[in-house]
Amino acid sequence: MARTTSSDAQALFHSLRSAYTSTPTSLKIIDLYVCFAVFTAIIQVVYMAVVGSFPFNSFLSGVLSCVGTAVLAVCLRIQVNKENKEFKDLAPERAFADFVLCNLVLHLVIMNFLG
Amino acid sequence: MARSLEGFLVLIVAALIYSSAVASVFQPISDSHRSVALELFTPLEGSFSSLAETYEALRTFEVLGIDKKTDINTAACQSVLETLGSSSSALKDLFYALKVNGILKCEIKKDVFEGVTSRLQATVSSAGALLDFYYSVGGLVIIKDQTSKDDLYLADAEGVFGSIKALSQSDGRWRYNSNNPESSTFAAGLALEALAAVVSLSSSEIDQSLIGATKNDILKLFDSIEKYDDGAFYFDEKLVDAHEHQGPLSTTSSVVRGLTVFAAVTSGSLNLPSAKILGLARFLLGIGIPGDAKDLFNQVDSLASLESNSVSIPLILLLPATVLSLTKKDSVKVKVNTVLGSNAPPLTVKLVGVFRSGSKDTSLVEGQELKFNPESAVYALDALPKSVDVGKYTFVFEMVLHDPDHSYLYATGGQTQIPIFVTGLVKVDSAEIAVLDSDLGSTETKKIDLTGENTVSLSANHLQKLRLSFQLSTSLGHAFKPHQAILKLTHESKVEHSFVVGSSGKHFEINLDFLGLVEKFFYLSGKYNVQLTVGDAVMENSFLKAIGHLDLDLPEPPEKAAQPPPQLLDQKLRYGPKAEITHIFRVPEKLPPKELSHAFLGLTLLPLLGFLIGLLHLGVNLKNFPSSSVPAMFAVLFHLGIAAVLLLYALFWLKWDLFTTLKALGFLGAFLMFVGHRILSHLASISSKLKSA
Repeated sequence: MARTTSSDAQALFHSLRSAYTSTPTSLKIIDLYVCFAVFTAIIQVVYMAVVGSFPFNSFLSGVLSCVGTAVLAVCLRIQVNKENKEFKDLAPERAFADFVLCNLVLHLVIMNFLG
Repeated sequence: MARSLEGFLVLIVAALIYSSAVASVFQPISDSHRSVALELFTPLEGSFSSLAETYEALRTFEVLGIDKKTDINTAACQSVLETLGSSSSALKDLFYALKVNGILKCEIKKDVFEGVTSRLQATVSSAGALLDFYYSVGGLVIIKDQTSKDDLYLADAEGVFGSIKALSQSDGRWRYNSNNPESSTFAAGLALEALAAVVSLSSSEIDQSLIGATKNDILKLFDSIEKYDDGAFYFDEKLVDAHEHQGPLSTTSSVVRGLTVFAAVTSGSLNLPSAKILGLARFLLGIGIPGDAKDLFNQVDSLASLESNSVSIPLILLLPATVLSLTKKDSVKVKVNTVLGSNAPPLTVKLVGVFRSGSKDTSLVEGQELKFNPESAVYALDALPKSVDVGKYTFVFEMVLHDPDHSYLYATGGQTQIPIFVTGLVKVDSAEIAVLDSDLGSTETKKIDLTGENTVSLSANHLQKLRLSFQLSTSLGHAFKPHQAILKLTHESKVEHSFVVGSSGKHFEINLDFLGLVEKFFYLSGKYNVQLTVGDAVMENSFLKAIGHLDLDLPEPPEKAAQPPPQLLDQKLRYGPKAEITHIFRVPEKLPPKELSHAFLGLTLLPLLGFLIGLLHLGVNLKNFPSSSVPAMFAVLFHLGIAAVLLLYALFWLKWDLFTTLKALGFLGAFLMFVGHRILSHLASISSKLKSA
C-alpha cells in the first residue's frame, strides 16, 4: 500500500514535470518570480521568529510586499495565459500594464508603512 | 569753605549715629554718601567708559568734598585732550570734555580752545534740535568762564534764544525738536540751562519780553509738579518714552538745575512759592542714599544747585535723635541746616505743639522757644515737657528768621511735623496666677514676681480654669496698653498655644477655661510651660518671663480626635536638603546584534539571485525589443521611468515625506503612463499583426 502511494506520488510528480515543460516561457518567468517573492517572505518570517517582532510595522510591510507582489504576479499569469477562456479578449500588454501599475501603488504604500 | 564744611559735617555725623530713619525726616548729606560715592564711581581699568560718566563722577566727588584720585585725573585729562583736539569728536563728547576740564583744569592750549569755540559757534548757527543747542551753547559758556574771554559772544543771541523758546509748549514743557510733537519735562530743564547760557553769552541785553515769557513757562511747569504726603514735591514724565525713560529723580534734578541756573542770570524774582522749592529739596533728600551711580550724581548735583540758589534756599530742620528716653532724661535737640549741611542764617526755632500720634486733639504743651547753643549750633529744650508720657507723638516746629529780608531768600516751609518716640519704664505689679474651680473660687492663688527669677508650679484638670492678672502703669501713673501681651503654654511635646491677655485700663487679665480648650489642646495631658510676654516699642523694660509649670490633666482623646501637628525636632531639618530624585527613563528596546541582522539581509537577497539565475536558465532574451528608433526610445524611456519610480520610493524611505513624494510621483506617473501606453500599444499592435498575418 505504501509503495503504491509513493510510486503514485512519483508518477504524479513526473507527469507534472513533463506537463510543465510545455508551458510557454513567459509563464515560466512569472512562476519563477512568484517563487522568488514567496521565498523572500519566508526568510523574513524566519528572521522575525529569531529576533522578535519589534518593530512590527516593518515586518508586516516586508512580508506583505512579498505576498502582494506574488498575488499580483499570479493575477498576471491568469490573465496572460492563452488557455484561459475568460481572459481571451484581454491583451497581455494591458494585463502587464495593470501589473506594473498595481505593483507601483503597492510599493508606495509599503514604503510608507516601512518606517 | 570746604574745611568748615567738613568740620561741621563731622559733628553732624556724630549726632546722626543716634538717629533713627523715620520716613518723613530728611537728613542732609553725610559721610555715608561719601563712602557710597567712592564705591559706585569706581572706574574700570582706571578710566570711565565715557566722558559723561567721568563728568558725573568728578562732579559728585567735587560736591561731596572727596579728594580725587590722581590716576583718575590723569586718565580723564588724557581723554579730554584727545576729544578737544580731534575735529571729528561728537558734540556731546565735546560738551562733557569741557565740563570735565572745568573741574580738573587740565592744561589745554589756547589754539585748541579756539578750534573748539569756532566749531561750537558754527553748530549754534546751524542747530535745530534742543540737544544741539544745549551742548553747543553750554560748551561756549564753559569756555568763556575757563579762559575768562570776555569777548566771547554769540552772533545772534536773541535769535538763538528765540529758536530755543520756539520749541516750548503751552504747559511749560519742551519738545526735543520741531519734528517730534512729544514734549518732556526733562527737556524743559535742559532748555532752561541752554537759555541761561545764551543770556550770559549775549553782548547786549536780551529782550525782556522773551525773558518774561520764559519765566511764565517756568511757572506753568511748576503747575504740573506732583507731591507725596510727607511734603515732598517732584516732577515726573507723563509719557513713557520708549528708548529712554527719565524717572522722577532725573526729571526733577534736570528742572532744578535749569531753574537755578536761569534764575542766577536773570534779574527779578520768579514768584515761585517757597514751599515747592522746599518740597523739591525734601524729595531729593528723602531718597536717602541711592544705589545707582547716575541717581547719586543727580541727587548730589541738584542739591548743590539748591544749596545757594537765587530763587529760595531750602532750610532743613531735623532732629538728630527722634527716640527720647524718659529714664535717661533726654531733651529735645534740633538742628537747622541747608541741604548740603552748611549753617543756616540766624533764626529761632519754636515748638508749636505736641500731639499724640493719631489724634489731633489739643496740644499737650504750649508754644515754647528752643534755646540756641552757638558752639554746637543746636537748638534745645531744657527738658521734655512734664505732660509727655511714654508713647508716640508728633512734635510740630516752626522756624522764624531773624532778618525779615531773609524770608525772600530762604524757604522754611511753615510748620514742620516730626514724629517722636518717647520711651520709658513701665511699672508691672500685682501679678497673680490662680487655678479656679468653676464658680467655687480658687484652690490656689500664687503671687508672681515678674521681675524675679523664681517660678511657680500649678496643677489643674479640665474642669478648672487658669487666671492670670497683672497691672501696668507708666511713670506718670497713666494706663498703658502694650503692643504685645501674650500668654503661651507649651506642652512637653513642643506643641504651643498662645493667648492674648485682655485689658481694661491698667488691669490686665486672662481666664483660660480648660473645658472649652480640651480639643484645642489636642487632649494632651502633662506638663505645660507657662510663659508671659509683654512688650512695646516705647517700653524700655519689655519682658518675656517663664512663669512656671502647669500640670494639666485632660481626658482621653476620642476615636476621631485631631492629631497635633507634627513638631520638628530641629528647625533646621525643615529647610534642609530633600532626598535626591532619580529619574527613570524609558529603556530602549533590545535590538538584535548587528551581525545577525546583516546575515539575514544577505539571506533575503539570495532569492533574488536565484530568480536571476533561473531566468538565465530559462533562456530569456530580448528578441521582442523593438528595433526601429521611435518605439525603441519609448521602450527605453518606459524602463527608465519604472527605474525612476523605484528610485523615488527609495528616496521616500530615506528622507522625503509623503507629500513631496506624491507630488513627484504625480509627475513621474503621468510621464510613465504616457510612455508605457505608447510602447505597450505598439507591442500589442505588432503581435496582433502577427496573429492576423
